[in-house]
Amino acid sequence: MASVQISDVRKSFGGFEVLHGVTVPIEDGAFVVLVGPSGCGKSTLLRMLAGLENITSGTIAIGDRVVNNVQPKERDIAMVFQNYALYPHMTVAQNMGFSLKLRNAEQGDISTRVKKAADILDLTPLLERYPRQLSGGQRQRVAMGRAIVRDPQVFLFDEPLSNLDAKLRVAMRTEIKELHQRLKTTTVYVTHDQIEAMTMADKIVVMHDGIVEQMGSPLELYDRPDNQFVAGFIGSPAMNFLNGHLKSNGGQPYVETENGARLPIASAPTASDGRPVVYGVRPEHLDLASDGIEAEVAVVEPTGSETQIVARIGSQELIAVFRDRHKVEPGDKIHLLPRANVAHLFDKDTGRRL
Amino acid sequence: MTTVQTSMPPQAAATVEAQPLWERLRTSRNVLALWFMLPAAAFLILFLAYPLGLGIWMSFTDERIGRAGIFVGLENYEWLWDDAIFWLSVFNTLLYTLVASAIKFAIGLYLALLLNRHMPFKAMIRAVVLIPFIVPTVLSAIAFWWIYDAQFSIISWSLIKLGLIHQNIDFLGSENWARGSVIFANIWRGVPFVAITLLAGLQTVSPSLYEAATLDGATDWQRFRYITYPLLTPIIAVVMTFSVLFTFTDFQLVWALTRGGPVNATHLMATLSYQRGIISGRLGEGAAIATAMIPFLLAAIAISWFGMQRRKWQQGSDND
Repeated sequence: MASVQISDVRKSFGGFEVLHGVTVPIEDGAFVVLVGPSGCGKSTLLRMLAGLENITSGTIAIGDRVVNNVQPKERDIAMVFQNYALYPHMTVAQNMGFSLKLRNAEQGDISTRVKKAADILDLTPLLERYPRQLSGGQRQRVAMGRAIVRDPQVFLFDEPLSNLDAKLRVAMRTEIKELHQRLKTTTVYVTHDQIEAMTMADKIVVMHDGIVEQMGSPLELYDRPDNQFVAGFIGSPAMNFLNGHLKSNGGQPYVETENGARLPIASAPTASDGRPVVYGVRPEHLDLASDGIEAEVAVVEPTGSETQIVARIGSQELIAVFRDRHKVEPGDKIHLLPRANVAHLFDKDTGRRL
Repeated sequence: MTTVQTSMPPQAAATVEAQPLWERLRTSRNVLALWFMLPAAAFLILFLAYPLGLGIWMSFTDERIGRAGIFVGLENYEWLWDDAIFWLSVFNTLLYTLVASAIKFAIGLYLALLLNRHMPFKAMIRAVVLIPFIVPTVLSAIAFWWIYDAQFSIISWSLIKLGLIHQNIDFLGSENWARGSVIFANIWRGVPFVAITLLAGLQTVSPSLYEAATLDGATDWQRFRYITYPLLTPIIAVVMTFSVLFTFTDFQLVWALTRGGPVNATHLMATLSYQRGIISGRLGEGAAIATAMIPFLLAAIAISWFGMQRRKWQQGSDND
């Protein structure tokens, strides 16, 4: 186990810079998730950490050692690929033992360690099978087994669950998290799925267009997003954004939208009257009330545990989630009142949190 | 539309149960498939099976050009059994096939691995590699004929100018030089086929397997030994079968270069068969030599057949 220090790392392909100085400290034993939309540079960063891509500038250190010029095999890391990259001509046991075999480990030692890893992952009955004969979830576990057997300093996961169906994905999510709690190996996990990030991470790193937008624990990111991008990216269904202007009424600030609705806020930066802002409120922080934003119900989507309502104010859509079963029909006029203490304000131009 | 007929009249229902034979044949997919296969089958029978059968039959007769033969049983074969030149041609053919195929494989694989890397002008280099394959055999044979010429050979000339030798090498005039020369020409012609086919095979190997192996700690050699080679074996088996078959039955190159000489040192079974059957007019004997190639070819196919038997790792259902 080891800490990982990514300091001001840049990456260019040809003349095109895809990572613009990324700094991410990763504590020993942490489970860090790099999350962001596709093309944000998260996979590139992971591959640089693995040594599969060169580092254009900046440094990456594993433990106390800067690994910029260290060969992948000397870095003592193990990676799980999106397509698993299992060797099709080797059995599960051979796949898992391959790295040990290359290190000239003794046959007995190899099979003990493979058995132990297979035990942890429930793969023992499958050891003599070939990858073709396995289901998606089983292949996924073999890929993890191959990483565990090595007992590396750091585990790297590159979107490992995106080839699985929804149900299996949830199950494997739990399994990976459990595995981490058991082995306590430093883990860097890349995904584009914010739910995966939220549920698994000790620390989430939100990336966008080659920079780190925000770093922090899942709930920190959820409760206090630094900017509009993180606010919109974390949380499902996504946060509602309404354009408006800061106003105040006898010391009590509020945001007035273009349609004239008044949105409550707990506090506002001083001397900001008339400033254009973006008002953000999560779907679960909207209440049905007698005043607030007037909207017309467009779609009602019950999921059983909660009900999602898509409502329209003019051309803008607003999503609200209720745990209570309100009687609402498409076409109804409703009033939605945001909870002032959990509403977010962002600068209209920079998207920064106010 | 106002009404939709939902029930069949009684007669129609009866025909469904007992369709006449003709009706069943007309609608059967298998019969239809047979019709579709017929043109190809007729073509194969007319131009492949019939001549092959005729050739084998001819090898049991004493047919000559201009005279119908009579059945002589195994006489042609008995005669060949005691013919030193025939056995020399068998030896030459085996030597030619084994040496040329082995070297073609080695160079072809090396070129394929090289071309599979990222390099500048990749597309152009790949096209250049194919050139020997595109040039008609006889043309390249004539070019080699000049390269190997006793007086004007560019190789001899260059070596003399470099001061390495003092007189021309008689490439096609002495036995072993001649053997080496035709084998070299065959390799030159055959490498592109092996290289391009293996390259196609290499490109089916997922790059992430190499990355996984790199992280697992494999060196370049180990990646080849444990990933590339095992995944490439099915394609290697196919390519090498074809390569061996083509080389074993080679005729044009040798005939254009040496006509089997000097003193039959480069006579292959194919060239000997042509010389005896067509040039000397003894069709029966020529056919017997050609037929004698069949067991060798079958053996080559059998070896690759067993080599190509679906490997364990390729079996089982695909769960993708």
